[in-house]
Amino acid sequence: MSNELREILINSAYIVASILFVLGLKMLGRQTTARRGNMLSSVGMLIAVVVTLLDRQVIDYTWLVGGLVGGALIGLACARLIKMTSMPEMVALLNGFGGLASLLVGGAEYFRISGGTVVPDHPAFTSSVIYLTILIGGITFTGSIYAFCKLAEWLSGRSILFTGQHLVNGLLVVLTVLSGVVFVVSGDPEMQLMAVGAFTLLALILGWTLVMPIGGGDMPVVISMLNSLSGLAACAAGFVIGNNVLVVAGCLVGTSGVILTTIMCKAMNRSLGNVLFSGFGAAPPPSSGEASEGVIQGELKPISAEDSFAVLEAARQVVIVPGYGMAVSQAQHVVRELGEMLEENGAEVRFAIHPVAGRMPGHMNVLLAEANVPYEQLVEMDAVNPLMSSMDVAIVIGANDVVNPAASRDKSSPIYGMPIINAHEARTVICLKRGKGTGFSGLENQLFMMPNTRMLYGDAKGSLQGVVSEFKSLADG
Amino acid sequence: MELILLFFIFTLAGFLGFELIAKVPSQLHTPLMSGSNAISGITIVGALIASGADDGSMVTTLLGTAAVALAMINVIGGYLVTDRMLGMFKKKDTGSKKEGSS
Repeated sequence: MSNELREILINSAYIVASILFVLGLKMLGRQTTARRGNMLSSVGMLIAVVVTLLDRQVIDYTWLVGGLVGGALIGLACARLIKMTSMPEMVALLNGFGGLASLLVGGAEYFRISGGTVVPDHPAFTSSVIYLTILIGGITFTGSIYAFCKLAEWLSGRSILFTGQHLVNGLLVVLTVLSGVVFVVSGDPEMQLMAVGAFTLLALILGWTLVMPIGGGDMPVVISMLNSLSGLAACAAGFVIGNNVLVVAGCLVGTSGVILTTIMCKAMNRSLGNVLFSGFGAAPPPSSGEASEGVIQGELKPISAEDSFAVLEAARQVVIVPGYGMAVSQAQHVVRELGEMLEENGAEVRFAIHPVAGRMPGHMNVLLAEANVPYEQLVEMDAVNPLMSSMDVAIVIGANDVVNPAASRDKSSPIYGMPIINAHEARTVICLKRGKGTGFSGLENQLFMMPNTRMLYGDAKGSLQGVVSEFKSLADG
Repeated sequence: MELILLFFIFTLAGFLGFELIAKVPSQLHTPLMSGSNAISGITIVGALIASGADDGSMVTTLLGTAAVALAMINVIGGYLVTDRMLGMFKKKDTGSKKEGSS
């Protein structure tokens, strides 16, 4: 096959792959087509990989096959063995691998150029994009790994701040930029090598320090941002090797990730800058509650499982508001069971899902789907709020800030302005909570003190099992 | 000229990405993220070239091979996990109630 013909073949295949990625992403946005969309995009990937093996630069297959097979086996094992409840950390980890892969591609390309096997047409440009690839890839890698550790609870999920943090970060950024400039401008191979080493290291440190001050509740934003960055890293790698399909696919992922990040920020009524740099939730804010207006004073009124059952048995309209606490206690199956019991008892059951409930975008949906809750029962925040006043009972399971009425009433509250699920408008609110501590933001939740709220203390799973067994004994008797 | 073309593609793909998923129901946020995460494994194309190129330098081969393996984990893991997740999203009554506790 002549080289020219080969080029045409490869590039046509890349066009097909790009089309499949675009269609796949589009179909992923709708429930009925999502699964097929994912398959289409995987076919696109297969095509891209296979034709790349025909590239005239690819000569030696020994190492390459080892990498392909090894990676495929590990990926397969990960996807098979992972528990659905560990999905947030899995997504973070995979994302980190993608970032590291891009960094290595950038590095390999640098060594090919410095070794003289590849002579770029525009050396300064190629150097700049190698710099970007390594920088973005490195930040994605360590950032994702840190996020993984936080999500898997290997490291504290709390935000970590130290004095002079902004100064240290600023210094790191300046050094990173400087080493980049040296790398692009300097013609001296030794200086260049040193610069590459320096900014690779700096990028890795930056990823770590970037995620460090971000608390657990802001994880949905971080995860979707890192996802976007891994796309941009691939895109930059595409500019390095002058490859269309990398640029297209990387850019698609990059921009679609930006959209998701924006959605998450909007759901918290905060800017991306605020999420990244404010160190939200590091320490409980000074109690500003007493002085401000619209604050509910009251005490926490506990309720037993038996009494909860009595309330629920009489209810006709029930809404369940799950939060991160449901994930922690793995209560999704017993939640589904409770939902079924209530429906058999003649009640209408809805699940109200806040966009940032949990630790990644859509976290609650995945958990409830795993427990076989039909997705028609899941209602988004905007759809459920108008119905809230007609609800007999709202059951809040391990959710805190996303149902805190202070967000709409208390102007001094740090979460003021954040859209919430108006659980407090239901006639009775039952809140399941492990203990009397505050939520991730460190705030007292005013919902818990409202006159129509009852607290069901204990592990969510255990408490719900108590309620469910009451329903069962009713059915048996 | 080739550079300009790449930028051209980059710009258009960027706008396309914005338009494609402007309105996604929140149920699909996780699959969308992990599915697009798998696509970002496209960097494997660059990795394959670095790994397979025979230029007498062990460094590039090793870096390239490591990149191939990592990108492959990203790709295979990403697509399969997404598929597994989407397989769970069911309508009412299509899934039997018994398999709940798997």
